[in-house]
Amino acid sequence: MAYQFDFAPVFEHTNLLLSGAGFTLALTAVGAVLGIGLGIVGAICRAWRIRPFDSVFGVYVEIIRNTPFLVQLFFIFFGLPALGIKMTEWQAAVLAMVINLGAYSTEIIRAGIQATPRGQLEAAASLALSRFQIFRHVVLRPALAKVWPALTSQVIIVMLGSAVCSQIATEELTFAANFIQSRNFRAFETYFVTTALYFVMALLIRQLLMQIGQRYVVGRAG
Amino acid sequence: MFVQFSTWDIVRNLLEGGKWTLALSLIAFILGGGVGLAILFARIARNRLLQAFAKTYIEVFQGTPLLMQLFIVFFGLSLVGVDVSPWLAAALGLTLFTSAYLAEIWRGCVEAVPKGQWEASSSLALSYAQQMRHVILPQALRIAVAPTVGFSVQVVKGTAVTSIIGFAELTKTGSMLANATFQPFLVFGLVAAGYFALCYPLSLYAKSLERKFHVAR
Repeated sequence: MAYQFDFAPVFEHTNLLLSGAGFTLALTAVGAVLGIGLGIVGAICRAWRIRPFDSVFGVYVEIIRNTPFLVQLFFIFFGLPALGIKMTEWQAAVLAMVINLGAYSTEIIRAGIQATPRGQLEAAASLALSRFQIFRHVVLRPALAKVWPALTSQVIIVMLGSAVCSQIATEELTFAANFIQSRNFRAFETYFVTTALYFVMALLIRQLLMQIGQRYVVGRAG
Repeated sequence: MFVQFSTWDIVRNLLEGGKWTLALSLIAFILGGGVGLAILFARIARNRLLQAFAKTYIEVFQGTPLLMQLFIVFFGLSLVGVDVSPWLAAALGLTLFTSAYLAEIWRGCVEAVPKGQWEASSSLALSYAQQMRHVILPQALRIAVAPTVGFSVQVVKGTAVTSIIGFAELTKTGSMLANATFQPFLVFGLVAAGYFALCYPLSLYAKSLERKFHVAR
């Protein structure tokens, strides 16, 4: 007897799925802002060799980029309490995402900063711009503009990766899907719909970040 | 009944799990490379239909979580009557994931071959297949080595997600040990060190290949 697909039991829980998706998006938004912020700081330390932070960030980047996100998450949520650092599953999820994205964006933004032509710095200095002005307008903006597509892709990778946060019971989209399929026993249909939701979210985030990049980053960097 | 675990017991069990991580990584990388090559040829084919298929394939696998792909393979296969073990689902899921990424990486490499090479070889009356085999692919291959090695790190890290569908690799072994020993800090620290030991040499190798390639140019 062939299997009869039935999606109705999934759509009974549409509200749960949508709120899960909302939480995943919120998690991603906070993770992206803080993670890219951390990446900017890391990139400056790395690119300008500010001791001792450049080597601290160097070690941090290698450790994070060479271990799985899931293990980082488990270490933070299950391992750190042994040192007396306890947090809720939401805090752990955000922290893991920030640390993870921070490492990747450090490397991405550093590449952008190092691509600033020396002549531009000299030109800016000759216009009597202050150090801070030079950094803000001549170094950081063009650097971010150059690497914006790469940052966008990385944010999407982090959003998709956040699916594993369900494993520490962070109630995001995958957690909602697990709950629903445990109720309706329609595992395939439930995960199929959830996967489609993730796909749409990835498209939306790409569009949104490209718009933001056009308007606020690339536009003024010119 | 309680079993006492010494640190050595923990390490020994983790090494056992690590073997499966390594095996799964190798299988996914080799099979994923094969499937990825097929997707690559579809992606750069002159047939529009093949192109569209390959493009969709890549977008779907790059736009959805690996965990969802594994769930769908795991539950989907059992719907069509295949008795799926976590091992089979993990290998199949990771193979598909790897193939999509490799196809996209390699497409970039093929497109990085200068246009003049296509024009020159077609002016020599080479057929499409001959152009590919003798002119384009050998050059694309040289460009592709570094990013391909670099991507292998993502494959190794991706295997961690298969712990969630119950495949007893390094992370799953670590979770079980953490529950049994009440030493999550030590256990997950060791698990992370295990992945680092696998991935860091690959990262370094990819970086040195990249440097060599840029010098050679």
